[in-house]
Amino acid sequence: MTQKNLVSIISSGLSKFGRLEGKCSREIFVEAAKEAFEKCPNLDPVKDIEALFIGHMGESFEHQGHTGPILADWAGLLPRPAIRIESACASSGVALRMGIMAILSGMYNIVMVGGVEKMTHRTTMDVTEFLTMASDFPFEQWNGITFPGLYALMATAHMHKYGTTEEQMARVAVKNHHNGALNPKAHIQKEITLEKVMSSRVIAWPLKLYDCSLISDGASCLILTNPNIAKTFTDIPVHIIGTGQASDTIGLYERDELTTLKAGRLAGREAYKMAQVTPKDLDIIEVHDCFTIAEIIAYEDLGLCKPGKGGNLIDQNVTNLNGEIPVNTSGGLKAKGHPVGATGTAQAYEIYLQLIGQAEKRQVSGAEIGLSYNVGGSGASATVHIFKRG
Amino acid sequence: MRRYTFLRGDNNMLEDSPFTIESFYKFLGERKLMATKCCKCETLFLPPRPMCTKCLSTNFNWVKLEGKGELISYTVIHFSTEQFQSKTPYIIGIVKLNAGLNLPGIIRDMNPKQIRVGMNLLVDFDTSIPLQWPQWPRYFFKLDTLSS
Repeated sequence: MTQKNLVSIISSGLSKFGRLEGKCSREIFVEAAKEAFEKCPNLDPVKDIEALFIGHMGESFEHQGHTGPILADWAGLLPRPAIRIESACASSGVALRMGIMAILSGMYNIVMVGGVEKMTHRTTMDVTEFLTMASDFPFEQWNGITFPGLYALMATAHMHKYGTTEEQMARVAVKNHHNGALNPKAHIQKEITLEKVMSSRVIAWPLKLYDCSLISDGASCLILTNPNIAKTFTDIPVHIIGTGQASDTIGLYERDELTTLKAGRLAGREAYKMAQVTPKDLDIIEVHDCFTIAEIIAYEDLGLCKPGKGGNLIDQNVTNLNGEIPVNTSGGLKAKGHPVGATGTAQAYEIYLQLIGQAEKRQVSGAEIGLSYNVGGSGASATVHIFKRG
Repeated sequence: MRRYTFLRGDNNMLEDSPFTIESFYKFLGERKLMATKCCKCETLFLPPRPMCTKCLSTNFNWVKLEGKGELISYTVIHFSTEQFQSKTPYIIGIVKLNAGLNLPGIIRDMNPKQIRVGMNLLVDFDTSIPLQWPQWPRYFFKLDTLSS
């Protein structure tokens, strides 16, 4: 199989991530869509965009479902078909994949993919409750297992099996906050110290407050085209050359291994094979650091290191901004924020900016190939995309 | 159509109870931890499923499990959903039962400082029915003092 450009990204948009008081999700999405439209003057959105695929996780947050047509309307795209995709925190990663498939099917030449979530107007307890819906109801939720709890169970197992430490997990947070401090759209743009992470209050042992990603509002989008027409719209397209997705049991407890996400490994394998690249070819990566342990496990599942060695990558600064393979240059879910439905395409937005050389203070020079890894729930959904500078 | 009535303490559930999650929970009311076994390929399931995901058979038998096993991971929840707030901090574990199946649940009567991966735990039953839907009995884990 030879490498093929599946689709091209010709523009992208990202709202500010954070506590966006007084704004609801449709208004936040317009902020992202407006940026994508303005950055691509050759595109007539109303005429050219043929369909919209939207990631949006929870109708509980705003008591609002049926998000697809709402966002099509508010982005000025009526009467184009619009579809909401719900795959928990992987919703917009999957929406991106659906957009790729729509173009590859030959039905459309230009589509918009994106995601949105409005979360910060709810109490932390409500948000915990709503997010918990992405876990198993009759055995996990009913026994009082929260999302931090699920990832804590992975962390304890990883610590026991491989000797991973709380300090290594804390270093993931320190690294991502460093990157987030360089990202003007990040929810928290502030460095933190190792001591601050280690002394923060316990949420679900061994995970502490600063091991957890942020509850944020935000929206993200990309405009995808058939690669044959990308140059009509931009001189610097970014091509998507690999996509992968896999599923696993909804219950973490039902799996043979707690220290790895099988769906992530399989999605990665599919994307690497399609893109004809190996982990060594990657220049930048955005991974799903919903909790710090998730980033360590992601290193292993994506093949950056052997199983159990993820903590070493952090200790050796390999994934730092100036390291061998920078991970989460945006600040990740940890510092940029995690408006769940928006996260998958927000990761792609960062890779796109890096590959076209517009990531400003956090630019990785000469980045040509990037990867994004978006996880739903405790790993029942996972999707990987590989990008190449055009 | 329900094929049985659930009367706690009075009648035992019939062995032909439907292979459902509801039946699993209702068996707990009789202090029984029940899994299902595929008649064709003998795969065990917990919770029960209407179809075997290994061979797609829909024929099962109920199997009563001993409820003993080994702790494979744990966490201490300090921040919970509203429903569990009064219990915080509480310990959650995943136990690999001797039958080979994993079960998650709350570990009761245990000091978090004493807990360790690999310790022997035992399933016990709380047959008082909680007020929240779906109003079924519960199970929990405790230290298996005989095996420890």
